Amino acid sequence: MTSSQEHPTYNYKVVRQFTIMTVVWGIVGMTVGVLIAAQLVWPQLNFDTPWLSFGRLRPLHTNAVIFAFGGCALMGSSLFVVQRTCQTALLSDRLAAFVFWGWQLVILLAAITLPMGLTSAKEYAELEWPIDVLIAVVWVAYAVLFFGTIMRRKMSHIYVANWFYGAFIVTIAVLHIVNSAAIPVSMSKSYSAYSGAVDAMIQWWYGHNAVGFFLTAGFLGMMYYFVPKQAGRPVYSYRLSIVHFWALVSVYIWAGPHHLHYTALPDWAQSLGMVMSLILLAPSWGGMINGMMTLSGAWHKLRTDPILRFLIVSLSFYGMSTFEGPMMSIKTVNSLSHYTDWTIGHVHSGALGWVAMISIGMVYHLIPVLFDRKQMYSVNMINTHFWLSTIGTVLYIASMWVNGIVQGLMWRAYNADGSLTYSFAESVIASHPGYVVRLFGGFLFLVGMLLMAWNVWKTISSKETKELVANTAGAEA
Amino acid sequence: MSDFWSGWIIVLTAVSYVLLAWLLLSNRKINQHKDGATTGHIYDGIEEYDNPMPSWWIKMFVLSMVFGAGYLLAYPGMGKFPGLLNWTSVSQWQGNVDAAKQKNEALYAEFMQKDAEALVADPKAMRIAKRVFANNCAICHGNDAKGSYGFPNLTDNDWLYGGSPDQIAHSIRDGRSGMMPGWQSVLGAEGVKSMGAYVQSLRDAQASASAEHAESREKFTMLCAGCHGASGEGNIAMGAPRLNDDIWLYGGDTGKIIHSIANGRSGKMPAHADNLSAAKIHLLSAYVYQLAEEEP
Repeated sequence: MTSSQEHPTYNYKVVRQFTIMTVVWGIVGMTVGVLIAAQLVWPQLNFDTPWLSFGRLRPLHTNAVIFAFGGCALMGSSLFVVQRTCQTALLSDRLAAFVFWGWQLVILLAAITLPMGLTSAKEYAELEWPIDVLIAVVWVAYAVLFFGTIMRRKMSHIYVANWFYGAFIVTIAVLHIVNSAAIPVSMSKSYSAYSGAVDAMIQWWYGHNAVGFFLTAGFLGMMYYFVPKQAGRPVYSYRLSIVHFWALVSVYIWAGPHHLHYTALPDWAQSLGMVMSLILLAPSWGGMINGMMTLSGAWHKLRTDPILRFLIVSLSFYGMSTFEGPMMSIKTVNSLSHYTDWTIGHVHSGALGWVAMISIGMVYHLIPVLFDRKQMYSVNMINTHFWLSTIGTVLYIASMWVNGIVQGLMWRAYNADGSLTYSFAESVIASHPGYVVRLFGGFLFLVGMLLMAWNVWKTISSKETKELVANTAGAEA
Repeated sequence: MSDFWSGWIIVLTAVSYVLLAWLLLSNRKINQHKDGATTGHIYDGIEEYDNPMPSWWIKMFVLSMVFGAGYLLAYPGMGKFPGLLNWTSVSQWQGNVDAAKQKNEALYAEFMQKDAEALVADPKAMRIAKRVFANNCAICHGNDAKGSYGFPNLTDNDWLYGGSPDQIAHSIRDGRSGMMPGWQSVLGAEGVKSMGAYVQSLRDAQASASAEHAESREKFTMLCAGCHGASGEGNIAMGAPRLNDDIWLYGGDTGKIIHSIANGRSGKMPAHADNLSAAKIHLLSAYVYQLAEEEP
């Protein structure tokens, strides 16, 4: 940040907007998450009201945390990183404003239509076709903005963070457009352009790569800027970043069929999906190694810097869930874990442990930079937030592991006479304690988010800009 | 799968594999930069070392690819190539089913020797029957077998198709199709209403004989009695429900009865001959038979 006088005038406005909305949508999405977790503990909380029922709020939760919270975090951080590492301002400020407001409109429309029950019934792609069209338009504008800025760069090389952000932007465009292809029958209803097993395969090709490119590649881009920056250390291995980048983007795209093990999907597709999912372990871990090893020689900083703690613990959860994923893709394991809460736990070890925690670290790093403050209002509060997030995530994952294995074992148990040992309702009763623990874990995580909002608010509203602090210090000296 | 698509899958997989191996192995050793030196790029203050990739990581990568290649050799994956083990998910499922069947064949063979009354008296048989019922029948008829709207109660000793063990076994094995036509066009809206009132009065001989039902009574004899009997006593040969009692498959309030008369009803009990063995059907028929016997 010593170069703050030399660089061109960056567009921080759009980054500020996206970063603030990251905090806002994070709280909204996780509040809905806590509500639906509570509905699984106390079904009365559905209130016999259609738009408050689990079936409609669950997609609202997933869309809000992935595309609103995660999307704002990725768009904001990528537009920051691309300017800083290319030493150039954004291609167009008006285009940046269009991307921001367009994306907020998408989120607003999702928040209205999903509780109304308007859905295309494709998981993580529930929005109906007019909103899909809007997403495509905004996304292409985002791509033009990002790549246009890269083309204006002042350096000969493109920094690794931008490769990952770039792969995320290109692939999500392709996935979204192909998977959302549909035949409209009215403004609020359409039918998928595909049918049967092909429809399912395209859905999970999209679904798994939404995880792979939105929630993995995008956030690895974030990691490659904020970890070395916060640690003040060089990236561990340039070589490793090249190899794991190309391996990750080429192998991830194959892994979708593991969502359809033992279904009507042909056996050959299931096998290929499983094999590629296993191979994916090493490329995924490449990012974790590079991030963790960047800290070598600076581990002591973890004792005093809670922001760095967020970043490094997020990498640990990333490593854990990218190990768990390939294991769960093995058919034998999958026959136990599929359709159980284990899957929910796996998703959240990635979503809370990796995606949310690295985004939180990013926000704490960015807010003082964007608003010209020396540091966050309260570092202690960041530390409290860190422990709330970590304990909340661990409670969440552990309870879902237990539930998942209990459910898997109960569903497959059968008697000597060939009948099932347990009814479905019995497995629901057995899951109840796990649902209580999960609710508590999720609640802790949400409390941490509220602390962050307060901390961000106090930082922005304080009048102590960095210059003011420096000037006062100078006057005293 | 056509040869073209089979070849497409094989080529795409093989090329990906080769490129991946090349990417990994060609970058295994580096010596462009001395140890501890950075690449020389600086991005917003961030530098990069060019450390070699950890060897345990490369080994793990190679190992997963070797396992993958072996798996694709043994199992279906490369297009039409079925794999050396000739494994399919259908044959795995069939194997599981056959193994389970073989295991419990002796158990059920024993039940086949006994008649319904003997099975009812056998606590072990009834315990197993209850589980088979819970797995196969409860989803429509309920865990307590008391049925629900459109699904007959099996405990009330009122039978659409007869309540002897043989008749019950027939219902399970071959299924049943109940079909009541709608009479709206014949009776008209008013006619349906007054017919509804008459049907509701059937359980009270005096009320049904009253003068206000004269017209409906005549039409009932003409249109309904053929299936439901002259006084609404029902007919198990046709599965026509008894109307002069308090048991209603589709609800006994005025609105529901009128709806039934106006629009007709159709009910379907699926045949289970294909998914339940003869012994299981025999056992279930005894179980369902005693359900009604238990009722006071």
